[in-house]
Amino acid sequence: MRTHNSLINRLVQSDRGGAVLLVLLAISMVLVPLLNLAVPESSALHLSTYTMTLLGKYLTFALLALALDLVWGYCGILSLGHGAFFALGGYAMGMYLMRQIGERGVYGNAELPDFMVFLNWQELPWYWFGFDQFWFAMLMVVLVPGVLAFVFGWLAFRSRVTGVYLSIMTQALTFALMLAFFRNEMGFGGNNGLTDFKDILGFDLQSDTTRAGLFVASAVALALGYLASRFVVNSKFGRVIVALRDAESRARFIGYKVEMYKVWLFVFSAMLAGIAGALYVPQVGIINPGEFSPLNSIELVIWVAVGGRGTLYGAVLGALLVNYAKTYLTGAFPEIWLFALGALFVLVTILLPRGMIGLLRRKQTEASA
Amino acid sequence: MSSETNLPHDIPGANFSSAPQSRVADPEVLDTTHGPILYLEGVTVSFDGFKALNNLSLYIDDGELRCIIGANGAGKTTMMDVITGKTRPDSGSVYFGQTINLLELSETDIAQRGIGRKFQKPTVFEPLSVFQNLELAMAADKRVWTSLFAKLTGAQRDRIDEVLTIIGLTAERHRRAGQLSHGQKQWLEIGMLLMQNPRVLLVDEPVAGMTAQEVERTAELLQSLGGRHSVVVVEHDMEFVRSIANIVTVLHEGSVLAEGSMSKVQNDPRVIEVYLGE
Repeated sequence: MRTHNSLINRLVQSDRGGAVLLVLLAISMVLVPLLNLAVPESSALHLSTYTMTLLGKYLTFALLALALDLVWGYCGILSLGHGAFFALGGYAMGMYLMRQIGERGVYGNAELPDFMVFLNWQELPWYWFGFDQFWFAMLMVVLVPGVLAFVFGWLAFRSRVTGVYLSIMTQALTFALMLAFFRNEMGFGGNNGLTDFKDILGFDLQSDTTRAGLFVASAVALALGYLASRFVVNSKFGRVIVALRDAESRARFIGYKVEMYKVWLFVFSAMLAGIAGALYVPQVGIINPGEFSPLNSIELVIWVAVGGRGTLYGAVLGALLVNYAKTYLTGAFPEIWLFALGALFVLVTILLPRGMIGLLRRKQTEASA
Repeated sequence: MSSETNLPHDIPGANFSSAPQSRVADPEVLDTTHGPILYLEGVTVSFDGFKALNNLSLYIDDGELRCIIGANGAGKTTMMDVITGKTRPDSGSVYFGQTINLLELSETDIAQRGIGRKFQKPTVFEPLSVFQNLELAMAADKRVWTSLFAKLTGAQRDRIDEVLTIIGLTAERHRRAGQLSHGQKQWLEIGMLLMQNPRVLLVDEPVAGMTAQEVERTAELLQSLGGRHSVVVVEHDMEFVRSIANIVTVLHEGSVLAEGSMSKVQNDPRVIEVYLGE
């Protein structure tokens, strides 16, 4: 039997970018918590909790970008609504965290979250049941985005909706969800969303150790998500989705049920996005309908385009680079960020059709030539 | 939908050796005991009153290499469409072997039962390697879950190697299909058809746009397929037809004008009049 190690070996074989990514993640899993917890604050090497949480947030974005790259880069499904799956995963986590608050809320109601007391609700809506259990909430983190993706994909792909029309539909999906979640009657905190979280699995969310734990969890999730995605694209399934990206009717003619391949890829991708959202929420401490905003999903597309689609690690690189730039620019020159983002997209589309990774590869071939 | 277990594949002929013994006609099993593998009888197709096929009768023998020629509008493509289930005739019957009525089957079913068609314009999966193209085309369980965990068996690898040899692309196995020349793409596509272990190959204008060398190579390739597969080639290029055909069928206005060896057909005055004219 093959050991775990050789499975990873096989997966990253001839995938140098992936190997680099996994090594960096492994290092950061150890180094980042160490620099934060073990190095005293007075030391120049100390990493602030703020920075650690920021890095953790980037990693969840990277996982989200990975999810989009699977459907867009490999199967040509340009989803402009992937933020919806991210937000749904986030809401599932948020509901668990809300229930953990218990009596410590402003109104001290053990059963009902504050916003429900405020709305004069007498009892918990049925769809909140079970969210006091961590395992149930985690199940919902993957199940809710997964089921939505299945239903949406089933309807769209079976009707052979492709290209721009599909993109518009995904955009409409996330927009509709945003409007729905803004409504107080939906029971998800309306405009304010879910916030004021206290602890997760009994650990104080404000403490450095919990933050470090969340960072490590994000890094682990990204590494596992990467390996799972690599497994998918390296399999025959992966070759079929690439084949149908460019010659769908030919793939159908050979005997592949193209729509089922697309549906299941979409479902898998949505689940990854859901996990990313679930790790994002405890680190930023809030989830609100703004996460469904179409703009978020479009930004996500830019991350993947900047990094280079169809490589997986390119999406991770793009998410990290663009978000770092965003943090820097929104701090230093807040008024130009959106222009910079727009310019970035235009420039990448014109000059770097394969993104940063494409640029690196070109440099490499030039160097070796 | 797909009854893949009934697929007549693997070693051509092996699955059918037991068929002649049973007296009861089993519509699931290809029966070629009487010689022909394809029967078209009295097939008529009309589009808005125009008869694309007019009472066409044609028989293709098992293992035969047949060329079909005819002027534009003679009905060559329509005939292919009828056999593959794309077009339904107004009247007539089309049988695969003696028992399988193709008029009752869908396009996918017909393809899965072993009638493969190569279209004029080659469509291969350009981002994938030659080897991977053949792998995807291979007759196998093509459901999502199986594909996720599929591993090539030794026999399947051998089969891919074998087809690579037949189509002469062994040296190109790891090249991206998009980098192949036009002729190589055509051969790859023929290879992809072969991976599905068809009994009948319908090949539409295989040498259009090829260089002289490629044409020659294609002729050899198609001839090497005879015996194991029945090959029906529709072609305009007379030189090419002359070089490969044993029996040529000339179509004219939707029905058979002449049939026989190339020299016989070439000397047929009616053929000279309507088509060859050279």
